[in-house]
Amino acid sequence: MTVTTVTRQDVVDFLYTEAKILDEWRLKEWADLFTDDGTYLIPPIGEPDADPLTSLFYAHDNRSRLQERAERLLKKEAHVEFPHSTTLRNYHNIIVNNLESDVISVELNFTAHRTKREVMDTFIGKAYYDLVLQNNELAIQHKKVILQLDSLRPHGKISLIL
Amino acid sequence: MTEIIRDNPEKNEFLVNRSVFTDREMLARERAEIFNKCWLFIGHETEVPGKGDFKRKKVGGRNLVLVHSQDDEIRALYNTCPHRGALVCRENEGNSRVFRCFYHAWSFTNDGKLAGMPGSDGFPDDFNDEGTKDMKAVNRVESYRGFIFVNFDDNAVSLEEYLAGAKEYIDLIADQSEYGLEALGGVQEYSVRTNWKLLAENSVDLYHGMPTHKTYFDIKQDQDPDLKKVKLEGEGKDLGNGHAVMEYVAPWGRPIAQWTPIWSEDLKQDMEDMKAELTERFGEERANRIANWNRNIVIFPNLIINDIMAITARTFYPTSPGYIEVSGYSLAPKAENEEHRLARNNNFLEFLGPGGFATPDDNEALELAQEAYTNNLEVQWNDVSKGMVRGEGNAKATDELQMRAFWRQYDKVIQESFNKEVAYK
Ligand code: FES
Ligand SMILES: [Fe+2]
Repeated sequence: MTVTTVTRQDVVDFLYTEAKILDEWRLKEWADLFTDDGTYLIPPIGEPDADPLTSLFYAHDNRSRLQERAERLLKKEAHVEFPHSTTLRNYHNIIVNNLESDVISVELNFTAHRTKREVMDTFIGKAYYDLVLQNNELAIQHKKVILQLDSLRPHGKISLIL
Repeated sequence: MTEIIRDNPEKNEFLVNRSVFTDREMLARERAEIFNKCWLFIGHETEVPGKGDFKRKKVGGRNLVLVHSQDDEIRALYNTCPHRGALVCRENEGNSRVFRCFYHAWSFTNDGKLAGMPGSDGFPDDFNDEGTKDMKAVNRVESYRGFIFVNFDDNAVSLEEYLAGAKEYIDLIADQSEYGLEALGGVQEYSVRTNWKLLAENSVDLYHGMPTHKTYFDIKQDQDPDLKKVKLEGEGKDLGNGHAVMEYVAPWGRPIAQWTPIWSEDLKQDMEDMKAELTERFGEERANRIANWNRNIVIFPNLIINDIMAITARTFYPTSPGYIEVSGYSLAPKAENEEHRLARNNNFLEFLGPGGFATPDDNEALELAQEAYTNNLEVQWNDVSKGMVRGEGNAKATDELQMRAFWRQYDKVIQESFNKEVAYK
């Protein structure tokens, strides 16, 4: 099997499936979408290219920490998400690059709505993915979420996986 | 007049009237008596290291520009044009010799002095002789060990006098590196739908550690099976003027200088070297205290300095009784080695960051309290008595003495303002 068999539609379907998994709180399945060297990053607002040595990230996870993140949020003692909030993610303006190469890079715009206790917060931003083929399936090697906000107000926190 | 606290040593009971979390009139009083008169943290001097460096800041409800002026002074300018009021500086940060107001294009040097205006023939020659057309600066700006504070009350006591016993604890943090501390980029600006005083309480409340942050400790325990053996033991202390601290042994890895098994052997060596250096500078006892103990400090009214698995300075301001704007800074030793710095930053975002595994749960607890204060009419008092039975000199870190210190100062200040009104009547 060669990567050239992957179509743009395969990539889009894969991403929509990721969004659906997250909205259904199947977080262990979400972690399973990543390769063993997978990373999940949310740099500071307004500094998309920040260096994690000199700037504070919201998330800077290697594979094991993104697993911990997913597992924590499924526990009853992850109080901020118990009971789970209701979420809805939409992906738009999906641009797929390097479809022919080993690493397919994707950029897209997202909105993620979260409602809990009758308050709705909306996160907007861009997400960048590096996707690879692993056992004939697409897998996420890197996911970087760039929030297009001025601050985390009024959201206050990122208790969701974005 | 409201009865704010019931401080009953005979009964070992301390109560706080819940109306202070919801009442708009109380917020107005807090603005006038607390935020307009206390020393408020504005930032760290390393945020504006060079001449011309500036950062916009919101402090005590004001729009300010913290600027390192060309004359090498650090100033806090009120970010409003002396002409007709527009916000002069619109960039969040940068470096500039001049600020220019776009509305009618008045310009100011970075010490606030009026430098030029179009159509100057329409104004008298002595128009600005008294400096009234300059951007106004906050009169009182003082710093302690790199922490810069402002005070909007020209008659306030000096910062050092105000900090009282808190200085000792700031010293323990500032002494961590002989090169000094620096503020990292990416200040975390978030909000909590709660009353500001609940965050002040929460920050020096070790009692909530285990139940609220169980998921964090679960993760840490998986990484280090020895963690279980460390109890959150230590003491709580009143530092005067409403400031308080809890100081306790650290169960987690501390970037200065307590290694934990998820970190590499190289880092272990680096931390041992660092500890040895501290011992050389301060002797074994103080080196131990700096490296292996945690400190959570509340500096009245709204600065929290946590020296725990990383160092954060957090400040917050209420825009309504049930909503605060928080700014979180991370401080780290200058010239820290890269692996070390990364370990610190991972610690920070994991526990202290709003995308982490702990802080969101704190905020949830505070929001739930705020939400349930809808019942204030029938259920009137909070209980803050824990540890009173031990006697005030013997408080454990997990007691509530720290909060009582805060509340006694709060009560004192607010009651004085009630009394003034009675005197005027
Ligand atoms: S308001 Fe600034 S120049 Fe007129
Ligand atoms: Fe907490």
